[in-house]
Amino acid sequence: MDLRTVVGSLLMLILVACPVWADEAPNFAREVLPILSKHCFACHGPDEDTRESGLRLDTREHAIEELDSGSTAIVPGDPDHSELLVRVITEDEFLQMPPPETGKSLSNDEKQILRRWIESGANYSLHWAFQPIERPTPPLPKEDGWGRNEIDAFVQARLHAADLSPSPAASPEDLVRRLYLDLIGLPPSYEETQKFVGDPNDKAYEQIVDKLLASKHFGERWGRHWLDLARYADSNGYLGDELRPDAWRYRDWVIQAINNDMPYDQFSTEQIAGDLLTDATDSQRIATGFHRNAMANTEAGVDKEADRVVQTVDRLSTFGTIWMGMTVGCAECHTHKFDPLTHQEFYQLYAFFNNLESDKVVLGYHEQGAEDDKEAKRREAKIEEIVAKVQQDVDSLNPAQKELVDQHLQALAKPEKQRTEQEKEALEHWLADLPDETRKLLSKYEELASQRPTPIQIVAPAVQQRSKPRQTFIHYRGDFRQPTDEVQPGTPSFLPPLNSREEEADRVDLAKWLFHPEHPLTARTAANHIWQHLFQEGLFRTEDNLGVAGDPPTHPQLLDWLASELHENGWSRKSLIKTIVLSSTYRQSSQQTQQLKDVDPENRLLGRQFRYRLEAEIIRDVALSASGLISKDIGGPSIRPPMNKRLTSISRNKDWDVSRGDQRYRRGMYILFRRATPFPMLSTFDGPDSTSACAAREISNSPLQSLTLLNDPVFFECAQSLGQQELASEEEAWITELFQRTLARSPSSDELAASHEFYQQLLAALEDRKSSDLKAIVQDEKRGTSLIQQAAQVLMARSLMNLDEFITRP
Amino acid sequence: MQNHAHQSACQHARRNFLFQSLWGMGAVTLSSLLGPDEIVSSATADEREDPLGKRKSHFPARAKNCIYIYLEGGPSQMDLYDPKPTLNKLDGQPLPDSMLENMQFAFLQKETARIMGTSRKFAKHGKCGMDFSDLLPNLASCADDLCMVRSVHTDQFNHVPAQLLMNCGSAIAGRPSMGSWLCYGLGSETQNLPAYVSMATTGRGIPGGSASWSSGFLPSSYSGVLFGSEGQTVNNIENPKGITDEIQRSSVDFINTLNRQRVTQTGDSELVSRIKAYELGFRLQSSAPELTDLSDETQSTLDMYGFDRKEPEIKSNRGGKGLFREFAYDCLMARRLVERGVRVVNIIHSSWDHHSRLEPELTHNSLMADQPIAALIKDLKQRGLLDDTLVIVGSEFGRTPLGENRPGYKKVTGRDHHPGAFTILMAGGGVKPGFTYGASDDIGWNVAENPVHVHDLHATVLHLFGLDHTRLTYRVQGRDFRLTDVAGRVVNDIIA
Repeated sequence: MDLRTVVGSLLMLILVACPVWADEAPNFAREVLPILSKHCFACHGPDEDTRESGLRLDTREHAIEELDSGSTAIVPGDPDHSELLVRVITEDEFLQMPPPETGKSLSNDEKQILRRWIESGANYSLHWAFQPIERPTPPLPKEDGWGRNEIDAFVQARLHAADLSPSPAASPEDLVRRLYLDLIGLPPSYEETQKFVGDPNDKAYEQIVDKLLASKHFGERWGRHWLDLARYADSNGYLGDELRPDAWRYRDWVIQAINNDMPYDQFSTEQIAGDLLTDATDSQRIATGFHRNAMANTEAGVDKEADRVVQTVDRLSTFGTIWMGMTVGCAECHTHKFDPLTHQEFYQLYAFFNNLESDKVVLGYHEQGAEDDKEAKRREAKIEEIVAKVQQDVDSLNPAQKELVDQHLQALAKPEKQRTEQEKEALEHWLADLPDETRKLLSKYEELASQRPTPIQIVAPAVQQRSKPRQTFIHYRGDFRQPTDEVQPGTPSFLPPLNSREEEADRVDLAKWLFHPEHPLTARTAANHIWQHLFQEGLFRTEDNLGVAGDPPTHPQLLDWLASELHENGWSRKSLIKTIVLSSTYRQSSQQTQQLKDVDPENRLLGRQFRYRLEAEIIRDVALSASGLISKDIGGPSIRPPMNKRLTSISRNKDWDVSRGDQRYRRGMYILFRRATPFPMLSTFDGPDSTSACAAREISNSPLQSLTLLNDPVFFECAQSLGQQELASEEEAWITELFQRTLARSPSSDELAASHEFYQQLLAALEDRKSSDLKAIVQDEKRGTSLIQQAAQVLMARSLMNLDEFITRP
Repeated sequence: MQNHAHQSACQHARRNFLFQSLWGMGAVTLSSLLGPDEIVSSATADEREDPLGKRKSHFPARAKNCIYIYLEGGPSQMDLYDPKPTLNKLDGQPLPDSMLENMQFAFLQKETARIMGTSRKFAKHGKCGMDFSDLLPNLASCADDLCMVRSVHTDQFNHVPAQLLMNCGSAIAGRPSMGSWLCYGLGSETQNLPAYVSMATTGRGIPGGSASWSSGFLPSSYSGVLFGSEGQTVNNIENPKGITDEIQRSSVDFINTLNRQRVTQTGDSELVSRIKAYELGFRLQSSAPELTDLSDETQSTLDMYGFDRKEPEIKSNRGGKGLFREFAYDCLMARRLVERGVRVVNIIHSSWDHHSRLEPELTHNSLMADQPIAALIKDLKQRGLLDDTLVIVGSEFGRTPLGENRPGYKKVTGRDHHPGAFTILMAGGGVKPGFTYGASDDIGWNVAENPVHVHDLHATVLHLFGLDHTRLTYRVQGRDFRLTDVAGRVVNDIIA
């Protein structure tokens, strides 16, 4: 056993929430179930079709039964006669389970846990995440004055049990930067930072938090997190990857709703079922644009039903990932291998989404486009003539009705399809009473009006329920061409019951069900999403899966406490975020000491904060902010920053017309996202591909990223702009200013020394360059300073904008 | 080895704390770069921390590199590879209803469709007597090095779903491409270039764009890197105008000096990866010019690939015009990349989707592709690279023996998508040379003998690289995914 293994085993012991003693029964949900699920359930779990030798280990009832072979997998209290343990510990490669070639053999620790569990009676309990949430009482806080709220009590107790202490608070500079980046995704200015550094008290800290939570940029930062889950994109994907020019209406709905701190239950219900709410507003219907984010295959000759089924499965899987934190999609072809979700229940959930169809919310009309002037004039003159005549005629009949006549005429000028039922009926009556002559005139009027160019609608994508409902069947092995039994909308039996308003449940009922007070999944999943964006990792680290095959939570009680906080505070996410960022846990330094690295390299005990590279969009925002170029407009159609056209030219949808003016300096979240040819900078920095709900982004580190920050035209333009700002003339002073503008702090003496040396190198390298080269570097030549000096400033700015610290959340 | 339980949503891997070499730089170079104090534990860092570090295969491999030439759209197998004399005899006849039952087509109206013969002349080539039509004289001259599989079949008849199945193993978007799986399984052999390069020559544009070389839910390090057109490589490889290599070098040094100062303050080993990424980025910039400088190639090599061929006039072409040189360049570049240790090279040409005008357009495309592909195979062979390099020439499906009678077409001049039986070519990398495998029925409607499903093809490719397709898995969304989904069977018959 080498040192790593020793450390690893020690860690295992430390990480188990309750200390484990050799004679104490292991906790089933926390210790035993993960082993069984990882090593055994694929062949001995809930799925009948893949079950081997008739053995089923996911329920006690089946596991202790005598098998056809005569042996019994688990004999409670008697590990040596339990075939499970015998087969797990044997060295015989033909008998060993799982078979050695699967590479799933158990570790010694795992074998010991199983032995002690069987010895103690092999009791089963419900998987932790399926148990109801009971608000835990926080441990008594230690009296060392470290903790500020309940979160800290939970965290400190765990650390204490592992003989660790929390890290000291981060520096005031880091705290401000962390808050700004986490809450609004924009960096603080040097001045804002200094204000806090001058007097870093709790009240000042809270004021910053309140200011940022109220900022309209909060909705952008947290809206983008949501859009990852909602697999938002501006195109269909597939062959033509046609643009969805109105998709941004949903994106803007998300930003607004989050800025308004719309309670999470309402926020969810409107997206799942806004169209079915009583007297649904435009806004509630726009929220259902959520379902329209599914990819769509519009290839000529496409099998439409096949694509509709793919989209429906995607809608259900997305629903499962976001609100249930479960990999529901696994049960499309067969009963779930790990979680108690049957094949039938999958299709009962599927039934809720099986009758969606596309709809649009008409928000108004665009102004008329150009048309042939002469033609239009002639027509409008005729129309006017008729209107005058008709009014005169009618007037002579009944002068009191002028206003009404105007209304009728307006209705008649609309295309028939756009007339309301009321208008149609009124017109019918009115026309019937008119003299033939007038009626003739009016029919001419109608014809002329119909020649007016059709007004172009302003629309937002939405969904509606199909008027002729289709039946839902179980698809044999996930193949829709092989329907079997019919099913009705319903929810899995291991979760709280569904209460439907009508006989057949609909999406509104489904949304309400999620927020049933006893529903164990919704609040835990939501609280985890929030936590993860303030600590990089969730409290359970498989953020898309709190099911049996997922990672158990590092702090189960803290998770439940947060979940009940969320629920009890009217599902206000802002208030939960505030509680978390006010905690001492959040405020810890992210420094990795040797002790922490040795004992808890993955920071599962939260003995420090996390330090991590920013997301793709935020890297752009940070660069644009430092350069002064940024446009902070909120919402609106997506934008196209400059990029290498080669990348879109290889696709069917080739155009990339670079946005003009301020538009090109807007935040990263507004970049038009084409699924077939994603904006390269976004993919290079691990932006999601929008094919399915993304609960956690990868954070990679690659040479392509370095080349992007060094050479990409967008980033170089930022460097040019920053290097060309009004800067002090003295060397140390302008370098210091550049540090302050990029990192919101002043350089250390070591940094100044290195900068001085680099500056000298630059001067030497630039000295004999042609002035056209220098001009290319500086872009906008300024008077008063030499070209070489200007170029050196640009290059210094460029380097500082490439620093790890610049693109890192501290 | 390959079933780490990376768990989570979209792409996953998360921050690979400690070391993450993107082009697979070893620990020795690293220590010289960073100084001994900053090495935390590189010696024991496993592949999870070094995604492109070179890794051992499950069992001895036959192939080391893969060149996958993807002729997008479905080239007509019965006009290129799979002679069907009966087809000509039945020209103009309807198919019996029994054969059309339960068949779905993209455009074809099966009630009125008629069998369409071919005017191509087929002949047997090489010692092995492999059939090729007169459109592929150069490939025909490689017959004794080729393995032709005539019994490939797929589940999908629309382009992108079929393309995703062929290139990524599933009709559902978001899965890793075959090249990504190979890099995930084996790591990279080069420190100066990406492990996986894609090159695209396109007339109409590639359906689905980058999906064909995407890393899907695998970490983005395993994604194919799209090269630009002739002379260009990676996006952003060139310094902004006015910035010399010297300035770039001193900038990278300065950046890394400041980053190194932060290592001690933050204790964050991720900084070490960042420092290395800058070093590797600079290296990539330095090695690109040598890669694209063709002055070390002889004129006869360039001629063999057909750099300066004259392109015949054509009115319009789905496969584009003016691409003869580019396609030749891509093929030559594929050899140069493989020589330099790049694991996977994709050459994609779009498109071969001949619903109409099959005769002129297939002729034109074949003229473009035939000579460079044949040159690549010969070139690899004469340089001793073919043994280690698996070359695949394929598409997402084939075309129907029935002529396409889409409503609105005045004349029947093309064929519809056909998933039932089509042909692919392989060479090198441990496949049987001069070997024809599998057969379609008399009119090329269905597989008659030795069916090879797309999953079987993938299982076989992985096998040639020493990887067991059932063991090369990646956990995401609570499930261990693999290239072959839950199917796939190694076709041992085609392995030499």
